[in-house]
Order: sequence, then structure tokens, then C-alpha cells
Amino acid sequence: MNALARHRALSRIWSSQPGWRGVISTVNHSDIGRMFLLVATLFFLIGGVLAMLIRTQLATPHSAFVAPAIYDQIFTMHGTVMMFLFAIPLFEGAAVYLLPKLLGTRDLAYPRLSAYGFWCYVFGGLMLVFALLAGLAPDSGWFMYPPLSSSAHSPGVNTDFWLIGVTFVEVSAIAAAVEICVSILKFRAPGMSLDLMPIFAWYALVTALMILMGFPPLILGSILLELERAFGFPFFESALGGSPLLWQHLFWLFGHPEVYIIFLPAAGVISTVLPVMARTTLLGYRWVVAAAVALAFLSFGLWVHHMFATGIPHMGLAFFSAASTLVAVPTGIQIFAWLGTLWKGRPRLTLPMLYIIGFFFTFVIGGLTGVMVAIVPFDWQAHDTAFITAHLHYVLFGGFVFPMLAGLYYWLPQLTGRKRFFRIGEMAFWLIFLGFNGAFVAMHWAGLLGQRRRIAWYPEDAGWTAINLFSSISSFVMAIGVAMVVFDIALHALLAIRGSRNPWGAGTLEWAMPTPPAAYNFASIPIVGDREPLARDPALANKIARGEYFLGEPRGELRETLTVDAASGIPEALVIFPGNSTLPIALAAATGAAFLGALIRVYWVIPLALLFVVGLSLRWGWSQHAANCPGFQNVGRATLLPQAIETDRSPGWWGSVFLLVADTVLFGSLFFGYAFLWTVGPNWPPPQWLSLSVLELALGLIGAAAAAIGLHVAARAASRGASLWRGLLIALAGAAMTIAALAMTLTRAGQLTDYAYGATVFVMIAYALIHAAIAAIMICSLAYRTLRGGASCPRKSNVNIVRLWTDYAAFVAATSLVATQFSSYLT
Amino acid sequence: MDPAGPAAARIATLWWTMLAGSAAIFALVMLLLLIAYRRTPAPHQSEHRQERFWLYGLGLAFPLVTLAALLIYGLVLGETLVPKSRDNVVRVRAEARQWSWSFGYADAAGLRTQGVLHIPAGGPVDVEITSLDVVHSFWAPRLAGKLDAIPGQVNVLRIEAAEPGEYHGVGAEFSGPGYSGDAFTVIAHDAAGWAAFLGRATE
Repeated sequence: MNALARHRALSRIWSSQPGWRGVISTVNHSDIGRMFLLVATLFFLIGGVLAMLIRTQLATPHSAFVAPAIYDQIFTMHGTVMMFLFAIPLFEGAAVYLLPKLLGTRDLAYPRLSAYGFWCYVFGGLMLVFALLAGLAPDSGWFMYPPLSSSAHSPGVNTDFWLIGVTFVEVSAIAAAVEICVSILKFRAPGMSLDLMPIFAWYALVTALMILMGFPPLILGSILLELERAFGFPFFESALGGSPLLWQHLFWLFGHPEVYIIFLPAAGVISTVLPVMARTTLLGYRWVVAAAVALAFLSFGLWVHHMFATGIPHMGLAFFSAASTLVAVPTGIQIFAWLGTLWKGRPRLTLPMLYIIGFFFTFVIGGLTGVMVAIVPFDWQAHDTAFITAHLHYVLFGGFVFPMLAGLYYWLPQLTGRKRFFRIGEMAFWLIFLGFNGAFVAMHWAGLLGQRRRIAWYPEDAGWTAINLFSSISSFVMAIGVAMVVFDIALHALLAIRGSRNPWGAGTLEWAMPTPPAAYNFASIPIVGDREPLARDPALANKIARGEYFLGEPRGELRETLTVDAASGIPEALVIFPGNSTLPIALAAATGAAFLGALIRVYWVIPLALLFVVGLSLRWGWSQHAANCPGFQNVGRATLLPQAIETDRSPGWWGSVFLLVADTVLFGSLFFGYAFLWTVGPNWPPPQWLSLSVLELALGLIGAAAAAIGLHVAARAASRGASLWRGLLIALAGAAMTIAALAMTLTRAGQLTDYAYGATVFVMIAYALIHAAIAAIMICSLAYRTLRGGASCPRKSNVNIVRLWTDYAAFVAATSLVATQFSSYLT
Repeated sequence: MDPAGPAAARIATLWWTMLAGSAAIFALVMLLLLIAYRRTPAPHQSEHRQERFWLYGLGLAFPLVTLAALLIYGLVLGETLVPKSRDNVVRVRAEARQWSWSFGYADAAGLRTQGVLHIPAGGPVDVEITSLDVVHSFWAPRLAGKLDAIPGQVNVLRIEAAEPGEYHGVGAEFSGPGYSGDAFTVIAHDAAGWAAFLGRATE
């Protein structure tokens, strides 16, 4: 088979359907990535228009441009859109599009999950856009502090749009994060050990892990606040044993890592682009990886620096102040590694490099003002003033938008196969750079003069008039610059001027393919022995196209790729991906219906929608498996590998592990909330504790143990090839006992609206009950398949997946039963 | 940035110190960036030596030393600002609601003022801050930093006005549509004026 015939065969196998059907049924990472990037950019423009409305309002004193009620919606939505609908999805889009190409594989670990995540994002985003257009948008500020956001002070549906819409979008972030983790660890080119990975993959891995650990606290907070708003569970109501500070803790436990979740991918872009622009390699690769990991760890230890003014004891603040200043160290290491790289090489002044210089200028200022506000006494003055607004824009715009624009212009030739013609991008850069700095330097000053953030008007005699007018004019200059970038890209799309294949002389694999890239990425999967394989072997692209490496001979209609050992990169298994499917969009719609039911408070919709979710999920799982197991197969270069779903740890197992990481953090946050109210909450103890029921406790604990043991027995039987039935029946009986025990406890949680304690007990037990039900459904599904297929082949890996979920459900059930049943003895 | 009391004054000094230090660091980074474009790279410098200079030196040691110094300065300063001994301290109470402030006085039970807080000048005053509805924040910028007013919780902020006079104060945590106009006044009296004010209550 020659290169052209191979290209034709692979294109037929991997391409999505033509037209709109392709849009809704594609599962290809290049398509999904481009769609993510496009929609995220649209939200950036929406958020930008909102920003211009804010600056119009503040341009003059006593402005009557919009009334405060509308203005509050505008600034709340500006923050919400930029954080949740632009920054995170843009990272997801970039990662989804780039990672397989950088890692030398043909798609991400779960193509359908990428599509599902994308549609959840679109539907959740549409909810918020609808709210904005209908004038029902959230208006309590993007961090939604109760009691302002509670039903007593925000009776409208506005806040519900935020809680439910944003949570829906976060489902998509969790999906993408699981996908990214597994893809980076398992779906790489043979030979690419962890220390040979492109630096962007390291950053994406750290970011994805942070999403898994950082988003669950906010998801939990949103669930609790929605329960309070909808049903009166008083989690944040201080008179009834709740605490408004609980929300602030949960929010910032998410909110601060969020800042680094946004910054790290951008740093990954710089670490990738800057060395190419300096015609050298990154100085201190291992240092940079270590700095990214350190940043991730530290970022979870400094959420309280958003709460310096809440009356927490000064010694407690000292710890968080130290952590907040310490975080500047890994940031400094990266900055100096980049500067050292420039010194080491021969830097060029290209357009991407121009944006990186813009990054250095703004981000260093943002970092330095960040250290200032990490110092507690200064923060007591600066907190909640325009100084903070200016600081965070320096960090986020400087630390995210500038690098992403650098990345856009760097990868644009890869994305389109074309080259830029007009020099609009350079002009746009100067407008954005000067406009941005003008707008936000001024805002620092206004903040120091006492201008609070989020005000809708200020008096003439405040002395801020000229500063604000200057800031507003500068921001419009910046907006013109952004519009020019959009115009530049549009021209680029319209005027087809073919570019060369690797215009920057880069060394990573995404340039070792024809541009624009084909749906299958690599005609054969290359062997990698270097961090810059293309630089070492310039003929690599041709060898790949000639099918000299793995999987060079397409078989049937199968979408094939390889998995490798996570650390060493030794090939491990053959993966057969699912083809185009409308299942993801259908599942996203069913998920959306459940969220919509909660939003409009038509609650009978929710169980109905969840029934669809369960049904579609089961179908999703079942359609994954081949009817028979062919055993070892030839993947080229005289190598025989098993199919991934026949191995003990299939991709589904790996995905479950990472999903359960996020789930554990959610449960941990719930536990934190329980302990927080117990120890810090005002008006504690509650009028009545949950009394100990030995029956419930014994039934629940024995059931949980039986479920776990049953799956253990089944797993052993599966590896011996024996019958699963004995294990499955034990597990099923155990699950039923646990469910009964939890249901009994749930009914005794008391008057849920009377006191935060009962409401918290209820949520904990309900959480355990949901997980017990999930485990039970999975066990039943496994039993049904055993009944139907007898010895259907991917038995072992499926048993292992169900075992993971059952063990987790057992752990959760036991923990929450013990934590609640002994309440009255713990005081 | 026009302090009228010891707390605000010390924070202002902290700000000017940090601004000077930051400007120096910023200039250093920009200079290094500029030089990168102007110099001809030394041929075959060992990667190891470069790492030692850029990463151990500038990346690790430099920020650690600077930040440790700044952190200690900030924490020591913070300790002096936090109310400790309660002897000879005038105590007042601030209650926030949407969108007004009412104040009570430990030295004159039953006396309440709306929108105006009276304090004696030249001595420390502890403000016990709480809220009757949503989260607010008490901030008289020329007298001290801010502290949140949280329902179900009382936070204590120490303020001090060096001279008698009128000082502007605001609610500084977003609290809904009336937030922009949420302000109050602090009036610092001389000794005679303070006694007269308290006397008004007992009449």
C-alpha cells in the first residue's frame, strides 16, 4: 500500500459524516477540539462586550447608562463567562485538539466522552446566554456569596441559572479532565517515556489533575446552595446552624486552584513556543515540570487569602499568607527558565514572540501585585477595591490571554495549512498591549484611592473621574485590537495561501504531519526516542506517511491506536475506538433535561431524565465491546499485542480511577462541610441529634463488606475463568442490604429545613445511597451480561471496573453511616 | 493613600516599600529580556552552568530570600494591628444591613446612631462588626483596613484617628443593588466633644 492509498483508506475510516450530521455525530478529537475553541472564542467575545458595557458605565461619575439592577447582572456575567465559559473550555479545546498530535497517537482515550463534554458545555452555556438575553442573569457577583445569593435576598431565578448552568458546564470540565489524564498517561507514541513527553503534555496533565481536585468543592457548594434555595435546607443560614463562611471556603477551595488551572496551560504554551522562537530547547525541562507540580500543590493551600478580611484569627492567616507568597517561587522558576532559554538561544521577534513579550510585561506586574495582596495588612486595605480587579486582570489577561494569542498564531499554520499574509496581527498586538496596560494601570490607582470593585456609580467629588475615563478609553482601544485579531483570523480562513509544513522549524510531532491535519493524525504511529523527534529526524514525517511504524496497514473499518505503559512508554495494547455516534449528544441532552428540571423546578422531569441517562449510559458501555476476543494481534513491526479491553486494566478502568478521584474530593468536601459546621458554625449544637440505630449500622456495614467481598470473589473467578455467579450474588445481596440501611437512616434525618445538622446528615446519606445504587446497577448489568453472553470476552476488565465502583460505594456507605450514627456520642 | 491614623499609616508605608521593591524586580526582568535580544550568545556554555545561574540562583534563591523578608515584615506589622489588650479601649458596635449602618456604644447603653459613627480621637477604638442580613464589610480607608460584617458572627476591628475630624466610610463587600451608595461617616471627637456626645445619651 503506498502513502496515498493509505491516506485514502485511513481518511475513510476516521472521517466524520459530511454536513450538520457530522457536527452532531463526530467523535474525532480534531473536530471536537476545533468546536471547543470556536465556541470558547464566541464566549470570549460575549464576555468582552459585557466588559465594554462595564467600562461605559464607569467612564463618567453618576452614570445612568444602566441601572444597578442590570449593571449587577453585567459584571456577574462578565466574570462568570470569562472564567467558566471561556478560559477553562479554551484550555480543554486546545488540549483536545493538540494532545494526540503532540503525543503521537490518533485520538484521545474516550472519543465519545470528548463529544459528551463538548455538548454539556454548549447546553450549559446556552442556559446562561438565555438568562443574559432574558434579563434573568445572575446578579450576586461571580462568587455568589450567601446570604446575598440565598432565596431571601435573591428570590428570582437568576441565581439558579448560575448554580445550575455553571454546574452543568463543570460536568464537561470533569469529563475533559478524566479524558486528558488517561490520554496523557496511556495514549502516547511507543518509546515516549514520561521524561520525553512534550512539555505541554506535562502542563496539561497537572492542570487536568487540578480540575479533578479543584472543581468538586464548587460542585458540592452549588448543590448545597441550590438545595437551600429550592427546599430551604439551611446550610448557609447562621440562625439555623449553618454558616455563610462555609460557602466562601468551598468556593475559594475551588476558586484559587482555578487561577492556576487557567495559568498552567498558558505556561505550557509558553514553554512550547518560546524555545522554538529562540531556536533552542527549553532550559531546565525537569525544573519546569517540578515547578508546575509544586504550583499545583501550593495552589490548594492558599484559598483563605481571598478571606483575609472575614475575621479569621491572624495566626491562621499567617499560614495562608506564607503559602501565598511561597507560590511566587515556582512561578519565578518558570519565568527565569524562560529568560534563560532566550539567553541560551538566538531569539527571533515573530508575532507569537511579540505576544510572549506582552505576557512577560503584564504577568510580572500581576505577579508582583499578587505578592503585595498576599501580605495580610495590605490586603485589608486593597481587598474588594479596583486594585484587586486590576491585579486579577494582569494575572489572567497577562497570564492567559497573551500566551493563548501567542499559541493561536503559533499553531495557526498547523490548524489550517496556510500562512498569514497581512500584518494585521502585529497592529492588533500593539492596540491590545497598550490598551490593556492603560486600562488596568489606571484601575490600580483608582483602587488605591478607595474605589471599590463592583460599584455601579461614584460621586463627582471622589476624584476618580479622569482615571476612570482614561481606563475606559484604553479598554476600548484594547477591544479594537481584539476585533482586529478576529478579523485577521477570518481573512486567514478566507484567503487560501498554502504554507510550508513546519514553518517555525519546531521539533514536536504535531508538525510531522500534512497540514491541515488528516482525521487520523498519523498514518503510522511513530517510535519516539527524543523530546524533539522531528528535530532529530527531519525525514520522520515521510516515514510516518509511508507506514513504516506501528499500525501502518489499515484493517477493515477499525479505528485503531496503541496504549503504552504509563511510565516507560513501552507499547502495551491495541485500542479499537468507537466510530461516529449521536449517543454523546443524546446523553448530554438527557443530562441537560435533568438540570433544566431542577432550574424550572418541575421536579418530575429529573427522575425521567435520569432514567434516560442510565439507559443511554448502559448502551454506551455495552456497545464498547466486541462479540469475541481475538487475542493477540499484529500491530506492525513484528509486534503482537492484546486488545486493551482484554487486559486487566482497560481504558475504562483508568477512567474510573480518575473519575473516582474527583468523586472522593467531592465526598471529602462534604465531610469538611460537616466538620466545619460542627466546629465553627454559629448556633451549634442542634436541638436534636440523629440517634444511634444498631440495626442500620450493622446492616449497612455488613452489606458494604459483603458487596466488596463479592466483587473480590468475582474478580478471582474471572482470572481463573470460573463462573462469576457466586461473587455477583454475594455482592448483590450486600448492595441491597446497604441500600436498605441507608434508606432507613435517610428517613430519620429529621426536619431538614429546621437545622443545618439534619440537612447535612441527609445529604451525606443521600450521597452514599446514590453511590450504592450506581454500584447495584453496575453489578446487575454485569450479571445480565454474564447471563446473556456466558463467557463474553472482556469479562476480566469489566469485573475490575465494577469492583472499583463497588469498593468506593462500600467505603462511602461505611464512612457516612459511622460519621452520622455516632453523632450524639461525639459531643 | 492619605492615612489619618496609625494603622492606615503603617499600611501605607508597607505599600510604598513593596512598590519600590516591585519596581526594581520588574525592571530587572525587563532588562534581562531586552539583553536576550541584544547579545550574541556565548558559544558552548554548558547547560549545567546555565541552570545553576538561572534556576538555582534567580529562580529559587532570589525569590525565597526576598519573600521571606517581606513575609516577616507583613506578619509583624499585622500583629501590631490586631486588637489584643482591651484595656483603655473604647468599644463600639457596628451593625450592617442593606444598605445602612447603625452604631451602638459600650459607654452609653441605649445610644444608637444611624449612618454616623462617633469615636474619640487619639486613642484606639474597637469596632464590633456584625450584619443583620447579607455579608458586608466595614471600611474607613483613612483609619484602618477593612473587616467583614457576617451574619451570626462578630468581628472586631481596631481603628484609630490621630486627629479629630470627619472620615469617610463605606460598605466594601458587594451587597446588592444599593451597594454603590452604601456609605457612612466616622466623626472623631476631641476629649470634650466625646464627653459631650456620650452625655447626650444620658440626657
